Amino acid sequence: MRAGMMRWLRDNKALAAGLVITVSIVVLALLSLFWVPMSPTKMNIAQKLKGPLENGFSSGLLGKDHFGRDIASMLMVGARYSLTVALASVAIGAMIGTALGVTAAARPGFTGAALGRLNDAIFALPPILSAIMLGALMGPGTTTAILAIGTFMIPVFARVTRGAAMQVRARDYILAARMAGEGEVTITLLHVIPNIASQIIVQVAIQLAMAILTEAGLSFLGLGTPPPAPSWGRMLADSQTYLLKAPHMALAPGLAIALAVLGFNLLGDGLSRLIDPRRRIER
Amino acid sequence: MSGNRAPLVEVIGLSRRYALPGGRNLQALDNVSLSVAPGEILGIVGESGCGKSTLARIVMALDRPTSGNVLLEGDDLFALSPRELARRRRNFQMIFQDPYGSLDPRMSVARIIAEPLRLLPERLSRAEKAKRVAAMLEDVGLRAEDGARFPHEFSGGQRQRIAIARALITRPKLVVADEATSALDLTVQAQILRLLRDLRARHGLTMLFISHNLGVIEEIADRVGVMQAGRLLEIGPTAAVMENPREEYTRRLLAAEPTLDFLEQPA
Amino acid sequence: MSLLAVNNLTITFRNRRSTAETAVVKAVSFSLEAGETLGIVGESGSGKSMLSLAIMGLLPGDARLSGSIRLGGQEVVGASDRALDALRGREAGMIFQEPMTALNPAMTVGAQIAEGLCLRGGLSRADANAEALALMEQVRLPEARRRFASYPHEMSGGQRQRVGIAIALALKPRLLIADEPTTALDVTVQKDILDILDELVRERAMALILISHDLGVIARSAARTLVMYRGDMMEDGPTVQVLRQPQSDYTRQLIAALPRRSRRSLEGAAP
Repeated sequence: MRAGMMRWLRDNKALAAGLVITVSIVVLALLSLFWVPMSPTKMNIAQKLKGPLENGFSSGLLGKDHFGRDIASMLMVGARYSLTVALASVAIGAMIGTALGVTAAARPGFTGAALGRLNDAIFALPPILSAIMLGALMGPGTTTAILAIGTFMIPVFARVTRGAAMQVRARDYILAARMAGEGEVTITLLHVIPNIASQIIVQVAIQLAMAILTEAGLSFLGLGTPPPAPSWGRMLADSQTYLLKAPHMALAPGLAIALAVLGFNLLGDGLSRLIDPRRRIER
Repeated sequence: MSGNRAPLVEVIGLSRRYALPGGRNLQALDNVSLSVAPGEILGIVGESGCGKSTLARIVMALDRPTSGNVLLEGDDLFALSPRELARRRRNFQMIFQDPYGSLDPRMSVARIIAEPLRLLPERLSRAEKAKRVAAMLEDVGLRAEDGARFPHEFSGGQRQRIAIARALITRPKLVVADEATSALDLTVQAQILRLLRDLRARHGLTMLFISHNLGVIEEIADRVGVMQAGRLLEIGPTAAVMENPREEYTRRLLAAEPTLDFLEQPA
Repeated sequence: MSLLAVNNLTITFRNRRSTAETAVVKAVSFSLEAGETLGIVGESGSGKSMLSLAIMGLLPGDARLSGSIRLGGQEVVGASDRALDALRGREAGMIFQEPMTALNPAMTVGAQIAEGLCLRGGLSRADANAEALALMEQVRLPEARRRFASYPHEMSGGQRQRVGIAIALALKPRLLIADEPTTALDVTVQKDILDILDELVRERAMALILISHDLGVIARSAARTLVMYRGDMMEDGPTVQVLRQPQSDYTRQLIAALPRRSRRSLEGAAP
């Protein structure tokens, strides 16, 4: 049993590393709901710009920002917003995108082509641009960020699922289902989606990384979660002025973003290796 | 074999043209007429691109002809409303070539075999379904417990047995087998042919058996039709066509088939 | 000395889920002389393709070999990549079941045949093209001159397989391995391809290993037949003898599984 586990770890290094990183981030984010080292909004001018542990534990594990707020605590709470935005936007993109993708695959004629062009049109709008437009309409905020990133994700998922669904639809078991009197909707729900689920899951992990990066970009520009709620992107923006005096202010959120992106990408890579049919089909 | 009983299937003047890119057309089927009597196995033989698979798909109402009719028990398949067609599907089912592609890898074998049961007019209870699936599994030489397993746990030949069980579960009047043994190893092919002959003896199967392999056709078919370039060149009792082919093409096909006759030549 | 001598060859793969090993070829020995055609017959999982890949030194990296394969006097088992490169093409060429996947879709067939002649045969571009054209004529590609500039997708399956043969022949190998060369083709095309292979063996005094699941194909071309089953060599002898007096039950099963049509002549004359 133990040997089997070690072996699995060795064969799936990327997946294991990705799991460790992402689970730690999620745990820290959840922990922040109940406990943080210090209040992330409480200012303490006396400690401002102090480096990690510069004044012992009172200056915090990762130091203080320009208002003397505790950076470690801000990162933990910020992770919550990052993950919320990422999960919600990827959920929107995955659900609508998959629905569009499998529909386009089921109707290869005019409908499919029209959906394809619609996708291209949406894809042409970068999330930053749609966030600015949405922000002008409904003001910056978490919802704006979710909608902007989610919209951007729709064509990504639509493309991946359309291609995968077309491959599945070429198999004879789809013909057999038709011989069993199943309509296109039933075939899609019963045969197509279960057979492309693994590809969707891989894409979810990869797009979560993308979403975290984009969310950081949006809040860097002031288009994300508004203050005083801490966010990784704005922490990075705030650090610019103090880059030379207090580099830890930039390093902490920068590394947090990089680590989260790396974690989800490793997870996606590992999952796709795990479900690669060439590795799965063994007899 | 045919003779006085009314045919189960009549194919009349069937043509199918596909539009190719560049404005050209592909005449996949060209005025094909044939009939299959109840209880008969009609073999269709031809090389790739001869239209035999198109014929199978149209007889199964998976594709529509450009012109011509398919009559099943006297009713024109393509004049039926979609609802009525769906209702009739229980009467005709299909076995596919690739036993790896014709079974949904995410479904248990029992679910795969039970899939066409939705075509039956009566709603079956879960227990009744399970009973029929188990009986069907044993009918095709598998064990009733195999229903709980998944396709990847089976060999190619066993998978083809599962596909046969699925095709027969609604007790269809007509089964179309499109190259049903072509992807199988020789010894497995012989087993599947034996199974089909056996099922026919027990249940009185009517089949349209499509293959590129003359030897296989001879093993199973009562009559054989030879197709080339969308046309049905000749059709007749299997032995007659094999022994005394009328068409030059049939002779070429027979001569090209590798047999052990070469042993007669000194090495 | 034989052109090819395989001695006690075993090929194993490590299992993924355990430390056990699976042998796909078990203690196989045989030899082959120039001008001889050896048929290897077996069903899926018999190890017949692994055997041919081993001779070409083309096995995947996680395969383990023991025993010896001597090709043209050189040991293949454990040879360096460089030594294998020198053997491939010159000592042994290979043709595959599906020529579409074995050809480069973005290159004209003429260029693909000439490529090896240029890069490894040391010919000038012009000489290589002339030689490629001659090869295309030798494998009886209709309108070879016009076909020279065609792409694989513009050709039929049989024509593509001829191109595959021309590529394998380019460096004048002394051994040709054909792994199910006609399985993806129609019977009338299959006959043409087998005719070409027979003729090559005769004219070039080449050795041919013809791998097939079809006893009919083997019986037609090979004077000697080797029967494989799950990695074991069940039979090795003159084809007539293997078919008439099979030594193993498996061979008997294989013959019995043939459609009646194909084995008719066997039954008539059997003792």
